[in-house]
Amino acid sequence: MKVLLVDDEKEFVSALAERLSFRGVDAHWTVSGEEALKMAKDGQYDLAVLDVKMPGVGGIELRKRLHEMQPGMRFIFLTGHGSQEDFKVGSEEASFYLAKPLKIEELMEKIRETLNR
Amino acid sequence: MSERFGSFIKTLRSRLIALYRPPFWVDRARRYCYIWAVSVSLLAVVSLMPLTLMVLYVYDSSQEAIYKENVLRILRLTSNTRRTVTSFLEQRLNALRFTAHVESYSYLEQNDHLAGVLRNLKYGFGSIVDLGLINAAGVQVAYAGPFDLKGKDYGGQEWFEKTLEESAYISDIFLGYRGVPHQIVAVKSTNEQGEAFVLRASLDMESLSEILHSLELSERSVSFIINREGIVQTPSRRYGNPLEKVCCIPVPEYAEHTQIFEAKGEQGQPLMVGYAYIANSPFILLLVKEKSEIMQNWYGLRKNLIIFFSGSFVVIFLVFYVIPTYIIQSLYEAEQTHARAIQRLEETARLASLGRLAAGVAHEINNPLAIINEKAGLVKDLIIFKEEYKHDKKLERLIDSVLESVERCGAITKQLLGFARHTEVSVSTVPVRKIIRDVLSFLEKEASYRNITLNLEIPDDLPPLVTDRGKVQQIFLNLINNAFQAVGDGGRIDIVGRRVDGGKIAVRVSDNGCGISDENLQKIFEPFFSTKKDSGGTGLGLSITYGLVQRLGGQIAAESELGKGTTFTVTLPVETKEVRDEGLTCG
Repeated sequence: MKVLLVDDEKEFVSALAERLSFRGVDAHWTVSGEEALKMAKDGQYDLAVLDVKMPGVGGIELRKRLHEMQPGMRFIFLTGHGSQEDFKVGSEEASFYLAKPLKIEELMEKIRETLNR
Repeated sequence: MSERFGSFIKTLRSRLIALYRPPFWVDRARRYCYIWAVSVSLLAVVSLMPLTLMVLYVYDSSQEAIYKENVLRILRLTSNTRRTVTSFLEQRLNALRFTAHVESYSYLEQNDHLAGVLRNLKYGFGSIVDLGLINAAGVQVAYAGPFDLKGKDYGGQEWFEKTLEESAYISDIFLGYRGVPHQIVAVKSTNEQGEAFVLRASLDMESLSEILHSLELSERSVSFIINREGIVQTPSRRYGNPLEKVCCIPVPEYAEHTQIFEAKGEQGQPLMVGYAYIANSPFILLLVKEKSEIMQNWYGLRKNLIIFFSGSFVVIFLVFYVIPTYIIQSLYEAEQTHARAIQRLEETARLASLGRLAAGVAHEINNPLAIINEKAGLVKDLIIFKEEYKHDKKLERLIDSVLESVERCGAITKQLLGFARHTEVSVSTVPVRKIIRDVLSFLEKEASYRNITLNLEIPDDLPPLVTDRGKVQQIFLNLINNAFQAVGDGGRIDIVGRRVDGGKIAVRVSDNGCGISDENLQKIFEPFFSTKKDSGGTGLGLSITYGLVQRLGGQIAAESELGKGTTFTVTLPVETKEVRDEGLTCG
């Protein structure tokens, strides 16, 4: 499975990608929405893990555009705000959300769940 | 209707009690007590002083006026009576003078002539009993009257000597030869040979008594005559029998005109005595009145004055007590309400800004925390997945410790964000009993394991809340969770709901746990304040609960006693109308 990780914190997203790789996930990462769109042009992804708040193209906007480009792509949102109630999440906007700091097992489970839908 | 009347009576009662024991007095609000005392006493003095002065003035002046009027009346009456008595005696004396002057001695010397004269005098003046002619030697040479007194010798007797000396004489009352109280009047004249003789008449006492009796005085007043030695001459009722010493009243000093003095009666009752010396006689006329009688009018007036004054005093005092008390009470209540509102506002503002700060900090911390988490996680992954690190147990323990700490920090930042989070309230109908039962279902296992008694009392008629179910659930979950932590094994938790005024319901969550000290009780709603830090408390549970209750337009209050337990009371409006949005905007 091929996963795209987008978060403006490079240290976070790179470490997360490496940890996912240990768990058999083909994880690619980037620190901006624009870069992510480029990457999506070049290759197919099964799932995108997006930070909600990013400079430039934010997570919500990015989800829309990626969805347009690859309608089969699934999404998981990450937020620094602690819980689902911290931002308005429309039913179609996110398949799942997760609060930072996250537990890798939880993320793995969500990835599996999302892809099995 | 009866409910409304009942609440009206209740309000009235509390208002009346408030007037009697003003709360600012009970609370010892010194400034208000001072203002109250000054205004009540000033108003009372300003209004009661003129009234008191006026009443005192009227009291004094009317008493004096009535007294003076009575003094004048007694003086007038005494003077008039003196004139009557004087004229009575003078008339008799002049009649004798006239007789002695007109009739010759030799004519009068004959008894039948003298009897004729007596008849005429009796006819003309009355009250003359007998008539006697006494020669210069003092022998009664002729006598006309009911007794046999011819030939009696009066020579050397005081009255006879005085008559010869002063040419006229009026005696006081005496018994004399006849043994009957009588009075004599006598005049001196000279016969054809130039020898002196005396014409003497006895007067009965009835005429004089009748003159005094005719004054028609009241029961307790009397007019009578005494002589200069104080011997009673005419009947005096209670001041001594005729020819005895006058009782109680001293013999007044000589005065030319009518006078008045005060004395005390037999029983010590004050008397007013008018007196006049009767000229050319030994008589003193007394007019005695009891003071209580003459001041009768005054007593009536005084009674009315006292009733008027007492009534006015009470009414004025009540008015000037009630009005300032009511006004100051209202001011005090207004200030209290204002102070409470300010305090609430300050508290809300403080908590809101603390919330904002906390959320900001939490958000900022979350990102580096996430990096630490991932980096540490990666190190752990390396230990797990890479052969070269696999056996370094110490490194693994260290990393586990880092990850645990990150997890704890994460829990704190999540709660911090929860404390200040900004969400719409989604309103639905929520039965209170159901929601609390749901909360309890999470804790039932722990309750049975720890043998904790749960007592739920929610009346059937308690209206359902139209509010945010999730928030209400969290409020009760936090409170009941707290109670679970406070009670020991075998403890008791009571959850009691009831309806309160103003379309609200109140739910009390009480435990019989360790309780909270007064000092701590004031801080329990502040973020990060915790008494359970050692056992992992973050100090955010109650501040989150506070924020949620506020957002639903309700109030939360805590009471506690160390060692006895704690009660939290949440009051929520049945229908949530106002939602307070003071948290962060999404970011």
